[in-house]
Amino acid sequence: MSTSFELNGSPVTVDVPADSPLLWAIRDSLGLTGTKFGCGIGMCGACTVHVEGRATRSCITAIGQVAGAKVTTIEGLDPAGAHPLQTAWIEAQVPQCGYCQSGQIMQAVTLLADFPDPSDADIDAVMNGNLCRCMAYVRIRKAIKAAAAGMRSAAHA
Amino acid sequence: MLKRRLPRLLAALLVVAVLVIGAFAAFAWRTAIAPIAPPAAASFAAAQVEQGRILAAAGNCVACHHGSAGALAGGYPLKTGFGTIYSPNITSDADTGIGRWSLAAFTRAMHEGVARDGSHLFPALPYDHFTKVSDADVAAIYAWLMTQPAVRAVSPANTIPFPLNIRALQAGWKMLYFHPGRFVANPAKSAEWNRGAYLAEGIAHCGGCHTPRGALGAEKPDVAYAGAALNGWIAPPLTAANPAPVAWTAAALATYLRIGSEPQHGSAAGDMSGVVHVGMAALPDSDVRAIATYIADGNASATRSAGDAAALARAAAVVTSTTDPDARLYATACGSCHYAGGKPPGDARPDLALNTALWLDAPDNFIQVVLHGIGVHDGAPGVMMPGYGRGFSDADIARIAAYLRRTRTTLAPWHDVPGRIADIRKQSDSAS
Repeated sequence: MSTSFELNGSPVTVDVPADSPLLWAIRDSLGLTGTKFGCGIGMCGACTVHVEGRATRSCITAIGQVAGAKVTTIEGLDPAGAHPLQTAWIEAQVPQCGYCQSGQIMQAVTLLADFPDPSDADIDAVMNGNLCRCMAYVRIRKAIKAAAAGMRSAAHA
Repeated sequence: MLKRRLPRLLAALLVVAVLVIGAFAAFAWRTAIAPIAPPAAASFAAAQVEQGRILAAAGNCVACHHGSAGALAGGYPLKTGFGTIYSPNITSDADTGIGRWSLAAFTRAMHEGVARDGSHLFPALPYDHFTKVSDADVAAIYAWLMTQPAVRAVSPANTIPFPLNIRALQAGWKMLYFHPGRFVANPAKSAEWNRGAYLAEGIAHCGGCHTPRGALGAEKPDVAYAGAALNGWIAPPLTAANPAPVAWTAAALATYLRIGSEPQHGSAAGDMSGVVHVGMAALPDSDVRAIATYIADGNASATRSAGDAAALARAAAVVTSTTDPDARLYATACGSCHYAGGKPPGDARPDLALNTALWLDAPDNFIQVVLHGIGVHDGAPGVMMPGYGRGFSDADIARIAAYLRRTRTTLAPWHDVPGRIADIRKQSDSAS
């Protein structure tokens, strides 16, 4: 079955069964490998992409559920890879092995959209589903707060 | 003496039997209405066709009359407790659809449940509701149907067993349960209320799902809108018995029916998604508000909303434990979205403490959404939830259900959640 949707601003069509995970369409059919496979059951967050601007676990999202929707991956977050969160990530030297980071960043974008000045409790609650086996959580929180501050001052400027 | 009388008695009984059968046959008998040449599309006024399009959408005709050959071409299997009924083709095709039905034949089907050839229709067609629809509105629906493309498609034969498949017996069902007649306005109520009642009771046939049915499949009028189980879902009560912690006011219902979601109650999923996004979507705001006004008048929301502030405060005060393993599972799998951080819940951050599904007597709707998620075209447009059916074991889902029920509601635990999960999984597997 063929399903059409918008990926990082461009219309795409994939010919896979309607219950295939969006993650496989993105990685295997469309060749964007920035989005990672982690647990495959929606429990680790490595596969997080945006559907209509909201962080979504692509490994458990059936492709049929997103027909016609706008999907954004880490590759489409910013044309130069310089989204404030990406910049803050580099600044804080967040990643160790890096496998979870695209999912972390995509989840953090949604976090900051809803909580522009997030408390530690907000960060814990929203980022809880994004696991990091290198235990970079302290730096993740630091980068999120730095990006939030940067985005708030940019919004006021 | 008895020997002499017996033949007479038998003869008398026979005469009575013949008379009863004859009377029933006369009662059940409907003449065929002569076939016509399919009317030309140009013979209908554009305004009438448009009116019919809106009404046919409000009635969600396509929900049952769709099939592999097209939206109105029939073949959809309606599984009933008596067997499977395959919806007929209602396109304007002359041979396999209703192209040879005159307006009189179509009106009789809608108002009396009788096909053009005189046979009684099964009440799978909700003619118990459509009988309330005005002649002018039936004519408009006819006009719209007759101007849609003819599709040649024959539905599979029904599997209703003998003797229930005898169409004439449907006349007996009608004698017991069917009250033909157009909608009668209630002069004590507002024009908006009456408009809502006309739509809800008639073409939109809300009771078709939300009213419990008796042993022979008829809606029970004494418990109208009391809620019912259907296809692995619960059509929630639309009465004061609805357990939502924040009252379903007319404003909340109008938002839900218009958008497909209401932040303090939940999202339209399952069959209700089509009702909103196909049915209500065609109606103007005024009609959607009218339906909401009518339903809200019957659910005591005016008095129940006095408890809204306490319910919202209670929801906001819920703290997710960091030591309870069930809470950890919930926080990891669900908390990224289902966390409102003390802010009013939105469509993208729904607070489950307010979600109607969590407060229903049965866990069915909660299980359905966890298993299958909500697609971008269900619920609020663009807001989706992935399904956890593949990733989560039945035990995981049961743990999350039990955890939320005990921490987010004030109600008793659900019974046999693992059993319901297994049933619903089996049902979804056989449907796909």
